Order: sequence, then C-alpha cells, then structure tokens
Amino acid sequence: MASMEKDSVSGQMTTGHEWDGIKELNTPLPKWWVYVFWACVVWSVAYWVAMPTWPTINGYTEGMLGYSSRAELDNELKAQKQARGAWLAKFQTASVEDIAKDKTLLNYALVGGKVSFGENCSACHGSGGVGVAGAYPRLADDEWIWGGTLAEIEQTIKFGVRNEHADSRQSEMLPFGTGDALSAEQVGQLADYVVSLSTKTPAAGSPGEAIFAERCTACHQEGGVGSKDLGAPALNNAIWLWKGNNQAAKDMVVAQITKPKHGSMPAWAGRLDDNTIKMLAVYVHSLGGGQ
Amino acid sequence: MSATHASAGTLGDAAPYEDGVIRKFVLAAVFWGIVGFLVGDFIAWQLAFPALNLDLEWTTFGRLRPVHTSGVIFAFGGCVLMGTSFYVVQRTTRASLFGGSGFATFIFWSWQAMIVAAALSYVLGGTQGREYAEPEWWLDLWVTVNWVCYLIAFAGTIMKRKEPHIYVANWFYMAFILTIAMLHLGNNLTVPAVLFGADEWWKSYSLFAGVQDAMTQWWYGHNAVGFYLTAGFLAIMYYFVPKRAGRPVYSYRLSIVHFWALIFLYIWAGPHHLHYTALPDWAQTLGMTFSIMLWMPSWGGMINGLMTLSGAWDKLRTDPVMRFLVSSVAFYGMSTFEGPMMSIKAVNSLSHYTDWTVGHVHSGALGWVAFVSFGALYYLVPKLWGRNEVYSLKLVSLHFWVSTVGVVLYITAMWISGIMQGLMWRAYDSLGFLQYSFIETVEAMHPYYVIRALGGALFVVGGLIMAYNFYKTIKGDVAEEAIRPVTAGAR
Repeated sequence: MASMEKDSVSGQMTTGHEWDGIKELNTPLPKWWVYVFWACVVWSVAYWVAMPTWPTINGYTEGMLGYSSRAELDNELKAQKQARGAWLAKFQTASVEDIAKDKTLLNYALVGGKVSFGENCSACHGSGGVGVAGAYPRLADDEWIWGGTLAEIEQTIKFGVRNEHADSRQSEMLPFGTGDALSAEQVGQLADYVVSLSTKTPAAGSPGEAIFAERCTACHQEGGVGSKDLGAPALNNAIWLWKGNNQAAKDMVVAQITKPKHGSMPAWAGRLDDNTIKMLAVYVHSLGGGQ
Repeated sequence: MSATHASAGTLGDAAPYEDGVIRKFVLAAVFWGIVGFLVGDFIAWQLAFPALNLDLEWTTFGRLRPVHTSGVIFAFGGCVLMGTSFYVVQRTTRASLFGGSGFATFIFWSWQAMIVAAALSYVLGGTQGREYAEPEWWLDLWVTVNWVCYLIAFAGTIMKRKEPHIYVANWFYMAFILTIAMLHLGNNLTVPAVLFGADEWWKSYSLFAGVQDAMTQWWYGHNAVGFYLTAGFLAIMYYFVPKRAGRPVYSYRLSIVHFWALIFLYIWAGPHHLHYTALPDWAQTLGMTFSIMLWMPSWGGMINGLMTLSGAWDKLRTDPVMRFLVSSVAFYGMSTFEGPMMSIKAVNSLSHYTDWTVGHVHSGALGWVAFVSFGALYYLVPKLWGRNEVYSLKLVSLHFWVSTVGVVLYITAMWISGIMQGLMWRAYDSLGFLQYSFIETVEAMHPYYVIRALGGALFVVGGLIMAYNFYKTIKGDVAEEAIRPVTAGAR
C-alpha cells in the first residue's frame, strides 16, 4: 500500500490508496458543484411545497397551488369548446348546402375539414384525396360511385359503404366467372368489350356487347354509364378503382368479372360528431369534382 | 490461449489472473457490437423507406427493433461490462477470479446462448412488449440464473481481495450488478399463460395492470439506463481513464459523494417517462424533481473523468484511445444535462413521444456507452494478447472521427426532427384547428430519417475498422506509422 504523497501537477495530496497502479487525489469537492447540487435540492423542495408530491396513507400532499393535471386538461378543453362555440352553433342548424353558400362558414368548414380528413380519411384515400390505385377511390376527381353532391357525400361519410350500419350503402357485384354463369371465353369477350367502352370506342356487334347487354346493364346501365343509386361505377371512362399501377386494364376487368373485389368504408356517425362530418363533406366536395 | 499470453501472475495471489474468459468477452463484444449497430442502421433505413420492412412478419420494424436494442445493450454492452469487470476486479483486488475458469466460461457461453435465443424469439414474435425487457418468462429465468452466477463470480473475487480497500470502479460494478438483479426480478413478475389453459407455452402476462404496470416498467426502464448504462460504464471509466492517462483519479471525495448521491437519487426518476399520463400527479412530481437533483451527481462522474486528465491533456492529441475515453465522458456530461432538462414537465410536453427522445438516448448510447467501450477495448486487446499496442493507432484515430461524425449526424438530425415534430403536433391555426395532420409530420421528418440512417452507417463502418484493427493486433502485426506514442499506465 502506497503512502500519501503530493501530486506535483495539481499540488493535491493522494489518499494513500493504490490499486493496480491507480492512485487517487484527495481533491475537495468543487464548490460550484456543491452549490448547484444544493440549488437543485432547494428548488425541488420548493416544488414539493407547491405541487402534489408525497403519497400519504389515504391520498397525497396536494401542494399550495392546488394543481391537478386533470383540472388543467378540463379547463383547456372548456376554453377550446367556448372558442368554437359560436361557429358550432351555426353549423348545428346549417345544412351542407347552406354552409357551401356562406363564405365564412365555407372557409371554416374547409379548414376544419382538411384537418379531420388528414386524421381520419387520408390513411385510405390519401392526402388531398388522391386515392390509392387498385385499392381506394380517388376523391379529387368528378367520378363518383355513390354520388358527388354535398348531400350524397355527407351520407356516404355518415353511414359508410358495405358495413354493419343499418343505413350503410350496400351493393354487391355477382361473381360471373365462377360456377356456370359465364365461360372463361365469354369472360374474355366481355372484358374486351368493357375495355372498348372505357376508351370510348365501343366494339359494336362484338360477342362481348351481347353479353354486356344481357348481364351487366341492369346495374352498370346501357353504354356503361353506371348508376349512383346502385353504387355501380361508370365503365365508360378510363378511371378504374381496382386497376393496380402496372396492371393491364383487361386483366383487371377479367379478375373483377370472375370474382369481384368489394371495398368497405366504416360509418363515421358516432365516431365523429355531425358538425365534423358536415365539414368533411364540404371539404371532400371541394377537392375537385363536387357536383 | 497459451499461458505466455496470460497476465504475468497476480500481485500476491497464488493463482494467475483468469484472462481467457475476458478474451472471449472482448471478441464477443466486437461481434455483437457490429451486429447490433447493423440491425440498428437497417431499422433506421426502414423508418425512412418503409418498403424495407420487406412485407415479411419476421423483418418488420416492430420485431427487429428489440433485436437492435437487446443486441447493443445486453449483447454488446453486456459483454463489455462482464469482460471489463472481470479484468478490473482481479487487478484492483489482486485476486484471481472467484470460481475459476470453468465457472467464468459457463457464464460466458450461457450469456451468448441466451442472446441468440432472445433474438430468435423476437423475430418469431415472442415478446412481453416491455421496452428493454422484451424476453418472455422462460428467457427471464435463464437471465436470472446467468446473472446470479455473474454476481457470485464478481462478489466472490471482491471477498477474497488482497487489497484492504475496494476501488471505486468496483463500487459501481457492484451497484450495477445488484440493482439490475432487483430490477429484472421486479419488472418480470409475469404469469405464464399456459397455467390458465393457453396453448402457447412461451407466452406470459404481467402480474400488474394499468398504470401500476406502466410504472413498474419505467421504474425498470429508467434504472436500466441508470444502473446498466450509467453505473456500469462509469466503472469502466474509473479504471481505464486513469490507467490510460497515467494520472491519479481527480478526487476521491467526489467519487464517494457522487456515487452515493447517484445511487440514492436515480432510483426515483422513472416516473418522468410517464408525464401527462394516467400516472398520479404526485408521482410525476417526484420523478421530475429527483431527475433535477440527479444532474450534479451525474456530473460528478464527468468531472472526475475529465479532471483526471489534468497534467495529461496532451494525450488527447497523441493518443486516439484517450480521445475515445475523454469524448465519451463529454457526451456523458451532455446527455446527463439533457436528461434532467427533458424531465421538466414543460419541456417534456414538447419532447415526449418525439424523435428528440431517440436523439437523447443515442447521444448517451453512441457517444457515451459505445465510446467508453471502444476506449476500453482498445486498451484491453493489446494487453490481453500480449502486444505493446494495437496494430494501428492511425486506424483508431480514423475510427474515432468516422464514428464521431456519425454520432453528430445522428443526434442533430433527431434534435431537429424531434423538436419540429413536437411543434407541428401542437400547432394551431387562427381558427383553432390543428395546423398539421399526423401524416404531414411524418413526411416532414423524412429527410432527417435519411440523415440519421447515414450517421448510423458511419457508426457501423467505425465498428468494422475496429474489428480489422483487432484482427491484425491479435495476429501480431504492427503497422508502420510515423508516431507511435508510448502507452501510458502500462504496468
């Protein structure tokens, strides 16, 4: 064991301990370090006096300021409700059409609708309603499956599509290619005709035209103009819900005729309040193709 | 290893130091370090480019993240801590390792096997869903047995010491081992689901529910930082900095006071992870104030580390190993200031759940934990394999600069991204609506995610440079370099 000695660099004495050649200086605690430490302790004790801190047998020390994070949150929510109150009162009584006609209400609805859309709708329909090819409809164009008027959009948001809600929009395309409804050859002929409809060059007199007239026009209507009441998409344009980015149109149409895919959208009534749904309807209507 | 490579006996003990297992731990540390950094960087790229999840359940971010965290904390960090503690405790007590070679080798291989089993279980979907305590009950029991053996080997060596006093590094190692044992047992009180008729034998559920469960988890989580990543690595600092600098420890008194203050205060700070949650206000207050009081006790270690350099500051210029050790202490000081600041509720309301937290953790994990580990490894490898110095100090210097740039890119990107994210979340427009939707904040963070992943890639490259340097050192090569400073503190 080494003895205490003076370190020539610092002028401090060593403690006399030595481990594997390591010695220690007996330098006093740095003053600033001690002061800052006590300052932190004093600040903490003061904080304990002011705020809820120490648990007791049947509660806790509440502190002189009577702070509670729950009360703080309640107050913030109340203040916000109050700030929005005047607007919300107007929305309560206004229809979506009224809102769209009133410039200040419209502006408010567009701003609020954009926020709600970002939080609730863009996960599927994309930012700004651009949609996802082959999966979710684009809302920023004038192609509407269930209608593009303010009231129709509001209804779709409220009750959704193909869900459990009693007022949900419902429709289902039959699987024409399974069972003995249509042969594979007929499905191919039908698909060729549907694709020709979409390019505005309907193949008149083709075998597909006859199948289309017999099997499809009940819902998709003559000429494939579609029916918003039935939720049957228009086929006479190049906008496809189920076509993936690199997929040929005919392959998609064959697949859809054979075994149709059906999308679903939740009912937002109950999840979002009526005012928010109105704002959303106005916002979606404004994206590019509102009717 | 041949006996000539073993350390030349001990000072006063009949048995030579048990260094074979330390060589194993050192090699395993280098291996797990690179694996852990690589997985970390891969998941960083996943955050920037989600397609890298590869649409496979086994390679999703959620399953790979615990592979990264366990890989760097328990595999890399664990091997560094066990290896250095066995090295330090033998030399500072002048006693050979308690239990001898066989016991130590069992501890080593059991730990390695546990790590592999844990990583496999994560990838296959087995997790308790508790951060840093993901292993399921059967792995927890394995860890417990392993840890008790480690405690016996370490404490047994201290019991048969030939030195009258116990060196400060050993206080910190002891505090680390004991507290981790307590935390591990407390936070893993789970009930295997199979006892209640479930089919999955490996699944378990926590004994606690709701906010009690969250509090237990963060009592564990924060003290894993405090006692594993702080106390354990401070022990490393307390041995390797004075040894490498060839200078006495700055202040014995400071080491006593900051040790006990750190130990007493750290254990209370966990609730600051649960600000503005269902946790009662009084617990949040305690977590915050104890974090503030923890600031100076943490800095005591920084002061003792940095000031030990008095009279040897020139080594920063000449010795890149010293540069690693000193920079690590500087990063330690920075993150132990940042931590208490982020625990203040007003700051936390901005920083919580953002990338700022991730940046804070990594300034500690990369800058402090990994750097002090690199310094210790560069010190140890030549000693353990009987070389004068590592193969190339120039490569050590290159490793230092590459990783430093990596760390700086990482933490600055996360600071900016985190603070921006927090501000975007709370931004309101003039009509009182939120200004941004969540996805807009994600889009805004993309460039910073790329910068972070690039920083991480540099850190991986640094690890590979170190591995190459060690390979050449162990082989016995010496690079021809202009300056080869004499290693200070060689016995």
